[in-house]
Amino acid sequence: MEYEVVIGLEVHAELSTKTKIYCGCSTEFGGAPNTHCCPVCTGMPGALPVLNEKVVEYAVKAGLATGCTIARESKQDRKNYFYPDTPRAYQISQFDLPLCEHGKIDINTDGLEKTIGITRIHIEDDAGKLAHDNYTGGTLVDLNRAGVPLIEIVSEPDMRSAAEAVAYVEKLKGILEYIGVSDCKMQEGSLRADVNLSLRPVGSEKFGTRTETKNLNSFRAIARSIEFEIARQKEVLESGGTVYQETRRWDDEKGEGYAMRTKEEAHDYRYFPEPDLMPIRLSEEYIHHIEEHLPELPESRKARYMNELGLPEYDAGILTSSKHLSDFFEAATAACGNAKAVSNWIMVDIIRVARELGVEYDALPFTPVQLAGLIKLIDNGTISSKIAKEVFEEMVNTSKDPEKIVEEKGLVQISDESAIKEVVDRIVAANPQSVADYKAGKDRALGFLVGQCMKEMKGKGNPQILNKLILEHLQ
Amino acid sequence: MISKEEIKHIADLSMLNLSEAEIEKYTENMKDIVEFANSINSLDTDGVTESAFALDSYNVFRKDEIKESFDRDLLLSNAPSSNGEAYSLPSMTV
Repeated sequence: MEYEVVIGLEVHAELSTKTKIYCGCSTEFGGAPNTHCCPVCTGMPGALPVLNEKVVEYAVKAGLATGCTIARESKQDRKNYFYPDTPRAYQISQFDLPLCEHGKIDINTDGLEKTIGITRIHIEDDAGKLAHDNYTGGTLVDLNRAGVPLIEIVSEPDMRSAAEAVAYVEKLKGILEYIGVSDCKMQEGSLRADVNLSLRPVGSEKFGTRTETKNLNSFRAIARSIEFEIARQKEVLESGGTVYQETRRWDDEKGEGYAMRTKEEAHDYRYFPEPDLMPIRLSEEYIHHIEEHLPELPESRKARYMNELGLPEYDAGILTSSKHLSDFFEAATAACGNAKAVSNWIMVDIIRVARELGVEYDALPFTPVQLAGLIKLIDNGTISSKIAKEVFEEMVNTSKDPEKIVEEKGLVQISDESAIKEVVDRIVAANPQSVADYKAGKDRALGFLVGQCMKEMKGKGNPQILNKLILEHLQ
Repeated sequence: MISKEEIKHIADLSMLNLSEAEIEKYTENMKDIVEFANSINSLDTDGVTESAFALDSYNVFRKDEIKESFDRDLLLSNAPSSNGEAYSLPSMTV
């Protein structure tokens, strides 16, 4: 039987506030264990949580940037569960009145546009971290992360493949970065996804039983865990078995998922209104003010790149997929005035380099101004685009200014017509057969002659002048 | 209206091992509590807007400003066991 996969995602993003959601402890990543803690975030009886106003602002920003309706009246609720990463024995989350609802974002996979619905965005606090104690064989608890603010973004079950799920998270990550509410560092866990997945026979309206694979913290893990879970459920269904509704974990090293023990997933959260925290009421003015001050979003930048800078849709889409990349593009374009050239360098070389070095676009070994300098050297004829590739590699390796590399390596382009003519005369005289071939209509012979001249000039000949002089000579 | 099964379920969720005698006792206790709370149902609430709160207070916020955290030794001194840096527990699934 042919099956259709149905995927919905819950994405947790840590908000980039300075302090925790309910107390003034720092949210900084990587502090010594239990040094960013106080009675509130360690769950001491009687400690009173007070909501950080930035958390509300950031969640509303995220909601507006994803087309959500913002609740005028919202509240927080206790979600009760007993686990040592949550010393209060409840998480403070939002149950029936989330801050944001009914949004959507558009994704593009293989050229196909699709809209993914967003059910809701709510605020909640993160849990602490458990670690295995090698010394005693027990478990150690670090509560630095307990109380770091999160937004949970719940999608509709609108995705039908791993590629769509990855495209959705990429798009969402881009938006959150653009509006500056989360640094979205997946390797540090500040953006992570839970995947809800079920299969149903193609054509069936009814959803199958779903499983939830928790805490995926890379695009690769999202894609691989989905492929794994599709194959697993398919096998279960095809052998006449039953898919159980269960919570699963993904082991990225082994490349396999497994069900959590039933005890760990006793879902009975007994939500009730958090009595320590008063309701949130948002005025029209407040929401309007945030909406007016939202930074430019990827979609709008993309449209601008296409309409004002004349870039193709595909290129504009890639450039705006990451805020850092888009900022890099804009800074380089501002410095050299040649958007098309900057875009080409990014599409061909910079994306490759970032991937090879494994760095974000704000941590490249060269600056946008240095790239602009390289483009200016090509545009004013100082170097050829072929030599520019060599200079670029040197910029990657040494972070030196392109002007300095060109000077040190003697790479300045030869644009002196008499010097080029001398080479052309020599090469043409030495290759009578190619000249005859060209005159007999074989255009390839021209390319050969140009190549020989370029070789003679160690790639430094100005290609336009060279072409012109060879053609003149042959006619 | 409160069954022994419900008490067992709640105990399980909190990872408490209760003896049969304790389950009997807590079932009786819980009945009293729920009956007491149920007395609120005798109030006439027609025309009263539904609310989760008794006070007419809202938007109690604080600024996003860092305050000094607590002394770690002091925090850890509340726990039955620690290694000087972190709370120490019997082995859990991590």
